[in-house]
Amino acid sequence: MFRLLLGMICFSALSTAPLAAAPVEIGIGYLSRAGTRPALSLVEQPAKNDGVAGAHLAIEDNNTTGKFLNQHFTLEESRLNNADDAATAAVALADRGAGFIIADLPADALLKAADAVRDRGTVVFNAGAVDDRLREQDCRANVIHTAPTRSMLADGLAQYLVWKQWKRWLLVLGSHENDKLFAEALRRAAARFGAKIVQERVFEDNGGARRTDSGVTLIQRQMPVFTQGAPAYDVLVAADESEVFASYLPYRTWDPRPVAGSAGLVPTSWDAAHDQWGAIQLQNRFVSLNSRRMTALDMQAWTAARMIGEAASRVSSPDRKAVMDFLKGPEFSIAAFKGQRLTLRDWNLQLRQPILLADGRMVVSVSPQEGFLHQLSELDTLGVDRPESRCKLQ
Amino acid sequence: MRLVSLLFGAIVWVAGALPAPAFIAYVSNEKSNSVSLIDTDKWAVIKTIKVGQRPRGIEFTRDGKFVLVAVGDDDTIEMIDTTTQQVVDKLPSGPDPELFVQDAAGKILYVANENDNTVTIIDIERRARIGDVQVGVEPEGMAISPDGKILINTSETTNMAHFIDTASRQIVANVLVDARPRFAEFKRDNSELWVSSEIGGTVSVIEPTRHEVITKIEFAIPGMRKEAIQPVGISITADARTAFVALGPANRVAVVDAASHKVTKYLLVGQRVWHMAFTPDEKYLLVTNGVSNDVSVIDVAALKVIKTIQVGELPWGITIAKQ
Repeated sequence: MFRLLLGMICFSALSTAPLAAAPVEIGIGYLSRAGTRPALSLVEQPAKNDGVAGAHLAIEDNNTTGKFLNQHFTLEESRLNNADDAATAAVALADRGAGFIIADLPADALLKAADAVRDRGTVVFNAGAVDDRLREQDCRANVIHTAPTRSMLADGLAQYLVWKQWKRWLLVLGSHENDKLFAEALRRAAARFGAKIVQERVFEDNGGARRTDSGVTLIQRQMPVFTQGAPAYDVLVAADESEVFASYLPYRTWDPRPVAGSAGLVPTSWDAAHDQWGAIQLQNRFVSLNSRRMTALDMQAWTAARMIGEAASRVSSPDRKAVMDFLKGPEFSIAAFKGQRLTLRDWNLQLRQPILLADGRMVVSVSPQEGFLHQLSELDTLGVDRPESRCKLQ
Repeated sequence: MRLVSLLFGAIVWVAGALPAPAFIAYVSNEKSNSVSLIDTDKWAVIKTIKVGQRPRGIEFTRDGKFVLVAVGDDDTIEMIDTTTQQVVDKLPSGPDPELFVQDAAGKILYVANENDNTVTIIDIERRARIGDVQVGVEPEGMAISPDGKILINTSETTNMAHFIDTASRQIVANVLVDARPRFAEFKRDNSELWVSSEIGGTVSVIEPTRHEVITKIEFAIPGMRKEAIQPVGISITADARTAFVALGPANRVAVVDAASHKVTKYLLVGQRVWHMAFTPDEKYLLVTNGVSNDVSVIDVAALKVIKTIQVGELPWGITIAKQ
C-alpha cells in the first residue's frame, strides 16, 4: 500500500546547478486606475503606489529565487485615467508581452479587461475588487482572485463577534452601492453565525468635504445624535466602504459600545501591524523597499505576483497554460504569512485565506475562529462555499 | 558527626540509584527573552537566564564551553558560559539571526540571517565575521554534512535547499522543496538530507550527492485538518533508524521509520511543537511546545511521552549536553 502511495505521489524533484545561459523572461502587467481613493483618516490616505508596491516586492522575491532557476520576472505598470478603456489597456499590456496581468480595478472594468485578453490566454489576477459577483454569477475562467470577498470579510468579523458574545448588532450603512453590498454581506454573516441585527440605519452621503478646519466640533455633535435611541445592542457594525462616516463613530456613539466593520475592528487581508508567522520579515522587506507600511492592497498584489513566481518555479516554465494548470491543480499552495497554506477554490478561483481583524494599531484576532468547523477546509467557513456558489467557470 | 555520615550515606545511595547521567537542557523562550535550564535528572527547571530579545536558535559549542543563542531582535548571537551559566559575550551575526550550525571542529559558525537573504560566516574564536553567501528569500534552516564539505541552507520564501561548498563558499546546487522549508537534518552516514516544509506539510528526503528529492514524507492524522500539520524540527537517531518530526500546531511529534520513510506513530505533545533535542545517550528526546509554554519528554525506546516541564513563554529552541 505504501509503495503504491509512493508511486502516486508526484515529485517535483527539481534540482539545478548554477546557470549561465540567458534567463527566461516572465512578464507581468499591473493595471489600475490613476489617482487614489479618499479616506477619512489622514493616516489611512492611500499612497500613490498602493498595491503596485507589493507587486514590486514580490518581483524582487521572485527574482531572488529566479536567479537559481534562470527565470527573470519583470513588472510593467499601466494606469487608467477616467476616460481610458480597461479592455484596450489590458490588450496593450498583453501585446507588450505580459502573460499575466495583476489588476486593481472596479468590477465592471475588471470584467472588460479579462474578457478582452481571454482568447490569447492571458491570466488576470484580481487583487483589488471584493465584489462577490466576480466569483459568482460573473466569474471567469481566466481570473484568479487574491482579494478576499465582502462575504469573506464579513464572515471573518462575524465569527469573532459571535465568539465574543457580541451578538446584538446595530448596523449602520452608507448610501452608496458598495456600502449596501457590504451591508448585505454583514446581514448574511449575522444570519449564518447566529448574530441579530437589532436595527439598521442609513447614513446618507450628502456630499461635503472629508477634511475641514472645524470638523471635530461638528462631528462630535452629529454622531451621538445619529446613534441615539437604538434598541439594546452589543456592537455597532458599520458598512462604509465609501469612507463617509464610519471612522467618526468610535468613542462618539450615544451608548458606550465598540464599533466594528469599516471602522474600529476592521476585517482585512493584511495589516501593517501583522507580525505573526514570519510576517515581520515581509513587513521589513516592504518598508525597506518602499519607506512606508504595507497595506491590504499591497499584500493582495504581492500574493498575486508570488503565485505566478511560485507556479513558474514549480513547473520550471514561463508558459501561461502550464502556470495556470499548476495554479488550478491540487499541488498548488502558497505561503503568505497567514499561519497556514493558502489554496484556490477550484470552483471559482478565489484564494482561500484567513481574515485578520485589526484595530489600526494591532491585530486583535485572526478568523476563522476556533470551533467554526468545515468538512474540507475551515477557511471555507469564510465566504460563499461550493454548494451555494453560482459560479460556472467558462 | 552521626548526622554527617548519615547524610553522606544518603548521598551515596541516591547517586548509586541513578544510573543515567544528568544532562542540562537549554531552552530558548522566544517571548520571555530568557533561556530555561532543565536538569534531566530532576526533570525540572533549575535556572532561568535573561538573554537578549527574541531568542530562538540555540546550540552548544562543540567544546561544551558555551551555549550560543540567536537573539534575532538584537541582531546578534549571545554566548552563555556553561560554567557560570551567564551571558558573557556575543557574535557579530548580521541582522535577525535565527538558526545556525557549526563546522565539525567548532571553529566556524554559519548563520541564517532572515532579513537580508544571506548566510553569514563567523570565526567563533575571533568573534569575527569572515564572509557571506547570498541565498534565497528568508534563509532559515541550516545543516552541515557529516563530512563537513557541504553546508545546507533552506530559504522559506524561495522554497529551496541551497547546497553550499564550505571550501569555496559557493552555491553548488539548489533543490526545490515544498513551501516554507524551515529545518534541515542529515543522517549521520551522509546518505540522506531531510528538509521539513512547514506550509507544504511535508518532509523532503534528498539524496545529497545527486541533489535529488527521492521521496516526500506526508503526514495524516485522523480528525486533523491538513493545514494544521506543519512540520518543523527533525531529529534522527545516530543509527539512522528512527526519525522524529515536530508537526507544529498539529501538537504531535511523528515517529518515522527512517529506512522506509514510513510514519509509524504520532505522539501527542504540547501545543505548537517547534524543535527538539536528544539527550546525548539518546534515551530521551525533549521537544519545545511554543503555545503551551512547556517541554515534553519522550522516552525514545518506549516511544511514549513521560513528562511535561513548564518553561518560559513561547519556548522555541533546545540544546542538550553532558555536564
